[in-house]
Amino acid sequence: MATKEKSLAHEEPVTPAPEHHHATNTGLSNEKLAMWAFLGSECLLFGALISTYFLYRGRSVSGPTPEDVYDIPYTSVSSFVLLMSSLTMVLALAAIQRGDYRRLRIWLLATALLGASFIAGQVYEFTSFIREGLTIKTNLFGSSFFVLTGFHGVHVTLGIVMLLSLWNLSLRGSLTQDRSEVVEIAGLYWHFVDVVWIVIFTVVYLVK
Amino acid sequence: MTQPTLEGVDHPAEDEEAQVEHGAHPTEAKYIKVALVLAVLTAVEIALSYTGFPEAATNGALLILAAVKFIMVAAYFMHLKFDNKLLRRLFITGFVLAASVYVGYLLTLGVFLP
Repeated sequence: MATKEKSLAHEEPVTPAPEHHHATNTGLSNEKLAMWAFLGSECLLFGALISTYFLYRGRSVSGPTPEDVYDIPYTSVSSFVLLMSSLTMVLALAAIQRGDYRRLRIWLLATALLGASFIAGQVYEFTSFIREGLTIKTNLFGSSFFVLTGFHGVHVTLGIVMLLSLWNLSLRGSLTQDRSEVVEIAGLYWHFVDVVWIVIFTVVYLVK
Repeated sequence: MTQPTLEGVDHPAEDEEAQVEHGAHPTEAKYIKVALVLAVLTAVEIALSYTGFPEAATNGALLILAAVKFIMVAAYFMHLKFDNKLLRRLFITGFVLAASVYVGYLLTLGVFLP
């Protein structure tokens, strides 16, 4: 026993789940269940947009084509930024679950800033494409590309608004350890936006 | 606040099983390790897209790497591996439904044909 206690002192504590049982029919939080159902439905939305991109890619009768405008190193950096924002988001959740509100605010703000950097990168990419002659009306590639990545960008922007709202609630002292599920639900949305980008980055930018 | 448990401290494999059973989330160190793996996989993806390997092989490898990254984020960051099975089923149902509908639709239109 003494050995176990000694080894525990050198281990990071396992972050406890905030609630194990809720007074609902399923025993689960309705809010969390609703978020998962919403994310399941979002698969259908992004599936439709990605399929449309696949359908129209290579069928434009005039340029610019993806090969003319894509800047893979630049988009890779943006993708990396969004991927790392998932880490800061999950660190924010771990912070509130152990009652560390200062770190919660730091990680929430870091996640929002990384998300904002991604959006700034997307705005720069869009404007550079427009300068090169590719708009939403130019050809089939332009229409499907701007609609797909634009919808994703709107989702990221909504996520940033959620994160900043949580940060503000925490500053006012309204976001306490017993309400950590709020951060978890916002985190689910944020991670979903990240996994959608993982798919978009591969199938839209990298796959030939 | 729930106290950290002593269970499985000397047995990492059992520790993970215990976490699944009790719905506990991974440690911060585990999150950082997952993020590092994701970063490495992204670097491999980018490097692959610049290699002169046959297009079909490169595309296949890129899709597999994207699937691995997707599963890692969903399992560890979204806690699907540790949360209630109902949540996992809810998301997987939506995902499989979307994937099968749209892959079927694209196959019907001959998108994957040369």
